[in-house]
Amino acid sequence: MYLTRAEEETLNGNAGYTKQKAMEILVALGKIYEADRLIPIASAQIAGVSYRSLGDSGTEWIESLAGDEVEVPTTLNPAGMDLGRWRDMGIPEDFAKRQLHIIKAYSDLGITPTCSCTPYLAGNLPSFGQHVAWSESSAVCYANSVIGARTNREGGPSALAAALIGKTPNYGYHLSENRQPTLQVYVRSKLKRGSDFAALGFWMGRRAKNRVPFVSGVHSARLEDLKQLGAAMASSGGVALYHVEGVTPESRAVQVEPNEKISFGSRELRETYESLTTAKSGWVDLVCFGCPHCSLEEIQRIAELVRGKKVTEGLRLWVFTSAVVRSRAEEKGFVQAIERAGGQVFSDTCMVVAPMRDLGVRRMAVNSAKAAFYGPTVPEVDIVFESLEDSVRMATGDD
Amino acid sequence: MTRHIQCRPIAKGIAEGSALVSQEPVTFFGGVDPETGTVIEKNHPLNGQSISGRVLVFPTGKGSTVGSYVLYRLARNGKAPKGMVCQDAEPIVAVGAIISGIPMVDRPEDYEFETGQWIHIDGEKGSITVE
Repeated sequence: MYLTRAEEETLNGNAGYTKQKAMEILVALGKIYEADRLIPIASAQIAGVSYRSLGDSGTEWIESLAGDEVEVPTTLNPAGMDLGRWRDMGIPEDFAKRQLHIIKAYSDLGITPTCSCTPYLAGNLPSFGQHVAWSESSAVCYANSVIGARTNREGGPSALAAALIGKTPNYGYHLSENRQPTLQVYVRSKLKRGSDFAALGFWMGRRAKNRVPFVSGVHSARLEDLKQLGAAMASSGGVALYHVEGVTPESRAVQVEPNEKISFGSRELRETYESLTTAKSGWVDLVCFGCPHCSLEEIQRIAELVRGKKVTEGLRLWVFTSAVVRSRAEEKGFVQAIERAGGQVFSDTCMVVAPMRDLGVRRMAVNSAKAAFYGPTVPEVDIVFESLEDSVRMATGDD
Repeated sequence: MTRHIQCRPIAKGIAEGSALVSQEPVTFFGGVDPETGTVIEKNHPLNGQSISGRVLVFPTGKGSTVGSYVLYRLARNGKAPKGMVCQDAEPIVAVGAIISGIPMVDRPEDYEFETGQWIHIDGEKGSITVE
């Protein structure tokens, strides 16, 4: 990989230890993936924030980098708790202390402690064609597919290294030739609800693995639908980029010549719903939304659905979003409406990274295929997969 | 007889030690105990053996990116391998080696090693010497 003289000097330690370590990581990745050079990035987004995933050793490494700062606007993935309202979640004191310690270590590097998997709704929004280094898999999928920005699926340390240098090695999805479709998907079922998009994404990810799907037969989709679609594909498979004919920006520009073609009909839709539900019977102790983090419109929808109703006793209704969107939802009165019904709106965290079992959750209802996929393994809870509307009905007890 | 092998430098530094060769890829997160350096992955050919203080030779890494931090933790606990040789490096192990200061090389022009051989690796120049 070609390095400029300034990059060589950073690699040799002339810009200090922090930048040297970051440059060593980028050079190694460039070598592994045979990148020709480093290219500037517009922003970074870093995974590995929850104490549950980072642990003490990860924390130590972040702390060891202290003394220098990131070169581009950088935000974080969700943490293991709401950074302000963790007591309301029932988070143990010790966990909270360690979590806040991690946030401080990142903040000391000049990183904005916006902890969200939807950075594009919380002030970290790239434009079409810009290169970025993001690591949250659903955000990677959204940035590449819906925005038309360019990012690889970064790991936590490589996104941090890219942020500290302001550059990333030029390979993978940064190159136009790797953004061409390699799998054709025909959708033959009507997708009515957001969770239908999640189910499609989940089914598709399993088959696509890390290929680039080109989806035909979906004529319109809201931001929330595409957010669900990508999150599901990036968890059941390794998809980082998809195109939806007539919907996503690069779908007109790409050449569609995949040799494999698959179809998704109403049978596949029904079977995917069934396969995502692991719970044997209907009861749940938590109904939760916000994987990926809820948009303002989703919070408004939940507020409308619970109006004049009460969450059933012994059951919790939690909504997860970014701090930015939560404060807008508060201005609009949506947070208060949900709270009046007995629900809560938390920011900075989600049901996948919070220590759900420690919070007494055994079985949760979700409208997200990603949360349904990770639920049984990462937070170790049983899952009921339903639409947003049906999930709210489960919480308020009217069927 | 001493054998010199050219390879690609991945993480800088020089190391020597007794080789521990795995025919299977190694997962660090969930596969190696970060406190002891013992391989704990079920059905792994190295299960029960310690990678601590050895030159670990394996085809490639796999698993979660959190694996990079497991290598860091091993190094902090003094239980890391002395050096690593991969047939083909992937980001988890490469990043783990860099942040932990473990010398590492990959793509040796001749990938034939046996457990117990005394191996010297140079992560600056990109060379391996087998005694």
